[in-house]
Amino acid sequence: MTVTILSRGELVDDDWTLIEDGHTQIGSAGGKVIVTLARWRSEREALLAAHAAVGVLVPNTADIEVVFAEISDRALIALQFPAFIDGRALSQAVVLRKRLGFTGELRAVGDVIQDLVFWLGRCGFDSIVPRKDQNLEACRAALREFTVAYQAAADEHTPVWIRRRGQVAA
Amino acid sequence: MYRYDQIDRALVTQRVEQFRDQTRRYLAGQLSEDEFRHLRLRNGLYQQRHAPMLRISVPYGLLESVQLRKMAHIVRKYDKGYGHFTTRQNIQLNWPKLEQVPDLLGELAEVQLHGIQACGNDTRNITADYLAGVAADEHIDPRPYCELLRQFIALHPEFYWLPRKFKFAFTGATVDRAASRTNDTAVHLVRRADGAIGYRFFVGGGLGRQPLLAQEMNPFVPESDLLRYATAVLRTFNRFGRRDNIHKARIKIVLREWGIERFRAAIEEEYAKIKASVEGEELLLLPEDIERMRGHFPAPAYRPAAEVGADVAAIAAGDAGFAAWVKRNVRPHKVPGYRVVFVSLKAPDHVAGDCTAEQFEALADICDAYSFGEIRSTYDQNLVLADVAERDLYEVWRRLDAFKLATPNIGLVTDIVSCPGLDFCGLANAGSIGVAQDIYRRFDTLDAQYEIGAIRITISGCMNGCGHHSVGHIGILGVDKHGEEWYQVTLGGSPSNDAAIGERIGRALARDEIADGVERLIHAYLELRCDEDETFIECYRRVGMAPFKERLYLNESEAAAA
Repeated sequence: MTVTILSRGELVDDDWTLIEDGHTQIGSAGGKVIVTLARWRSEREALLAAHAAVGVLVPNTADIEVVFAEISDRALIALQFPAFIDGRALSQAVVLRKRLGFTGELRAVGDVIQDLVFWLGRCGFDSIVPRKDQNLEACRAALREFTVAYQAAADEHTPVWIRRRGQVAA
Repeated sequence: MYRYDQIDRALVTQRVEQFRDQTRRYLAGQLSEDEFRHLRLRNGLYQQRHAPMLRISVPYGLLESVQLRKMAHIVRKYDKGYGHFTTRQNIQLNWPKLEQVPDLLGELAEVQLHGIQACGNDTRNITADYLAGVAADEHIDPRPYCELLRQFIALHPEFYWLPRKFKFAFTGATVDRAASRTNDTAVHLVRRADGAIGYRFFVGGGLGRQPLLAQEMNPFVPESDLLRYATAVLRTFNRFGRRDNIHKARIKIVLREWGIERFRAAIEEEYAKIKASVEGEELLLLPEDIERMRGHFPAPAYRPAAEVGADVAAIAAGDAGFAAWVKRNVRPHKVPGYRVVFVSLKAPDHVAGDCTAEQFEALADICDAYSFGEIRSTYDQNLVLADVAERDLYEVWRRLDAFKLATPNIGLVTDIVSCPGLDFCGLANAGSIGVAQDIYRRFDTLDAQYEIGAIRITISGCMNGCGHHSVGHIGILGVDKHGEEWYQVTLGGSPSNDAAIGERIGRALARDEIADGVERLIHAYLELRCDEDETFIECYRRVGMAPFKERLYLNESEAAAA
């Protein structure tokens, strides 16, 4: 069962498998798995031995700066949106990208609807797993809902106060 | 006044299209009621009792004539011919149709107006001193800083889904005319002894349930660090604000639960980290950034006093109506020859803060002719013509009076602040408008109002406190008791430099008792004051609650004694 996700602006088949806590089966041998932070802490060596790659899902209540020491070498970090209106992981993402310098894949999972996608993209998520009922093409288009932005986040936009330097007031 | 460039225009236009698509998907059943609710709130659209309510942001209370004319057109085309000014200097429409809102927002965008983040759990419209730039007691004009922060928080991706609403207010004067510490964050522009400009930051205020005043976090954040410090505060709130209980989700609850030392340490630690990172470099404002923004708010082309000044007292001597208006609604201006004119939206038998299409148009014409084309909305639901030449005062009065905009009651007992209450609002537990009008009629004569002097009566129809009942000298809160409207009365609140949360006086009053009750409190004050110069609030602070309580519940204490 393949899942289509948004990766760096394109719709692609996902090659990672998210393993919830409580599941003993941890994906096919040799595959790429995402496990919770708790499981990563308790089964780290076994997971690394059994899988080609191990990503870590961090709760949105965690202090990302404290946790980062344990996961800084991961190819993928996943952050949670228990509800699309819960923006805690947006701050985690910005801190990961801009303060901690994480350059791996940053994934948004949970209640990810089309109307959250634009904000995710701006905060440095390059891997977005829309909720199952979402229109994937519309999600992809939503990354470019706005062509302008006032402030820098963790994307290519330059803040307006810097863009306007050198201009005179209208 | 700030003028949009192509970046601002593109952003507002694209925002309208985004909401048009969201409305279309909702009406087509592709967005759930709950999902759409959060999206429409972030465009100012609230579900009210009878229809959606649209809140239009008026950035730091500044409007110009082209916007007033557009409002006249909007309220005629999309509403019932009037709009309503709120205690946050915004404008609300009570009767728009959902399907028409995208077009309405499109028309607003043509004149730099929008509903972006006017409601919802996000950073709200910034409020500020309505005398910015003209007050004699101002050290620094806050408007350029308001606009810098307005742009920074508009559609900020990290802070678009906060635990709860978040409000900023600015002042740069000695007198706090922005009720600043009732906001989540108050920013006071200050100048240090060495001349350096900076910000005194207060955080953790808020009305509604458990009203609290913002507490000082940092006495002097350098001018370059406005966006850095704001980011530290907002990130702390986004991370630690409670999301398990909507009634405990404001930042004031984090402050209360942690205590001020831990709360301040968390914000200061985040601020230090921001300063030390690449993010801090981007967020640093250079002197030229502030200078450029200051260029958007030039002083108007004032004429010499010899040309525009007039002997106002002499003119007033010949016209009692004009004299009364000058006494109450006209204030000094820092530039000789000019005055500040208050436009009262508290005429008899008018809903506090309401403004009709004809009044919007008249105000547009008046401010074009006599106040450099601009007008401000105030925290008290009135308007201000900030730059009127003395020689024009009589004509301005005549023209305002023709549209019932010259009631000479600014700061008096009939200048009642009130939310829309049960008549319109879906959240309200009790009516506000009718109560305001009942109280108004008790003190309708000017002599009675002048005798009573400066007093602030505020009415909210529910705990959310849009009528700022917690900071009224006499605050009135509507509550529902078994389907009946009752009113709790608080005394001693104030939103200004002497900011305080009012204290509850005793048992709630029934709908048919409340106007009598307020009248008894006023009469109590007239008896208790030491002289005519002692205002209601000064008197209350001197004598305390007991004598007021005794007189309010007079019959009950007699009954109890019998």
